[in-house]
Amino acid sequence: MRAARRIESVLDAVGDTPLVRLRVVTRRAPDVPVYAKLEFENPGGSVKDRAARRMILDAMADGRLTRDKILIDSTSGNTGVAYSLFGAALGLRVRLVMPSNVSKPRKDIVRAFGTEIVWSDPLEGSDGAIREAKKLVDADPDAYFYPDQYSNPSNPRAHYEGTGAEILRDLGDRVTHFVAGLGTSGTMMGTARRLKEHHRPIRCVAVEPDSALHGLEGLKHMESSLVPAIYDASLHDEVRRVSTEDGWDMADALAREEGIHVGHSSGANVFAAVKLAEELQAREEPGCVVVIVCDRGDRYFSPMKWEKTYVW
Amino acid sequence: MDTLVRIPAALRSLTGGADEVSAEGGTVGAVIEDLERRHPGLRDRLLDEKGVRRFVNIYVGEEDVRFTGGLATELKSGDQISIVPAIAGG
Repeated sequence: MRAARRIESVLDAVGDTPLVRLRVVTRRAPDVPVYAKLEFENPGGSVKDRAARRMILDAMADGRLTRDKILIDSTSGNTGVAYSLFGAALGLRVRLVMPSNVSKPRKDIVRAFGTEIVWSDPLEGSDGAIREAKKLVDADPDAYFYPDQYSNPSNPRAHYEGTGAEILRDLGDRVTHFVAGLGTSGTMMGTARRLKEHHRPIRCVAVEPDSALHGLEGLKHMESSLVPAIYDASLHDEVRRVSTEDGWDMADALAREEGIHVGHSSGANVFAAVKLAEELQAREEPGCVVVIVCDRGDRYFSPMKWEKTYVW
Repeated sequence: MDTLVRIPAALRSLTGGADEVSAEGGTVGAVIEDLERRHPGLRDRLLDEKGVRRFVNIYVGEEDVRFTGGLATELKSGDQISIVPAIAGG
């Protein structure tokens, strides 16, 4: 049995997620361990809990966020769940702008915490939601606290202090590669910054969708998107582009062969990590790969009969 | 017959930035073929060998063509097509 884990607030349940070794989908790279960091173990069910918690706590500490303000941001998903959860726990009002084509479960989750939703045009995608949130804030700046996850340094800082430090604690000198997808880029920016301080080199590999129109929710195709202010392309060593189909198929394989049911973006991350491990194996290079699993697959169940992969 | 097609932000690099374009054809499939002639590269973003890609939705008016006959869905004068990403991204 592990040591007792008794905490005083749901905010304290964030972080310290397990690394689990993948055994089956890595069958063609038996000598290169691949560890998945299971971020769905966070209380809101995703990696976004880390950034949301840090952005809220930092803003409360320096007075940018007070209880008479409404927390507003643009998010299609997991960050919204995280804001909603912590907002409820801290007695804060939360208002989210999201494209109206987000899945119904996603709308239902944030509403369960009492969050208000403002719809933006589905054809404009997540960048349209960003522009809409900015418009609302500009119209009444004193009413809102706008964390702006794409520009807020507390976002990568959560990963510098948490994700990166945890990986070094758990694997130390063994880790040679780190793989994470780019959305706001906060996970990669903060974790890479921490891993680059380690005394042995760790190669950081960013994952992007291979096309502007894709089905890897949460990931950004940087070339065709508003580039986040926190994004610094010099922090990662390499970018790998993954197709929607490869990401979805790997998500399926992880559920069926490893017992780990993950979302599409995690499928893409693991696809890139396994490919990397196979390349190291082929070159007979030693290695140990850590890959971020952002959330669980059941978040993407939706009652659309054409969704072959995630039909229920 | 010209049909108005609404283009999502993610595909506007192929339409010179236009958020609406027009194309000719009596069915959704024919309109997509005509779009491909006018804006090369568009078809492959929308279709794979099995039909409409799983992460793309094509609507005629308010109806998802998956439920109205797919690419064979017939168009009437004044119909408007919208190409909507199945996911919201970001």
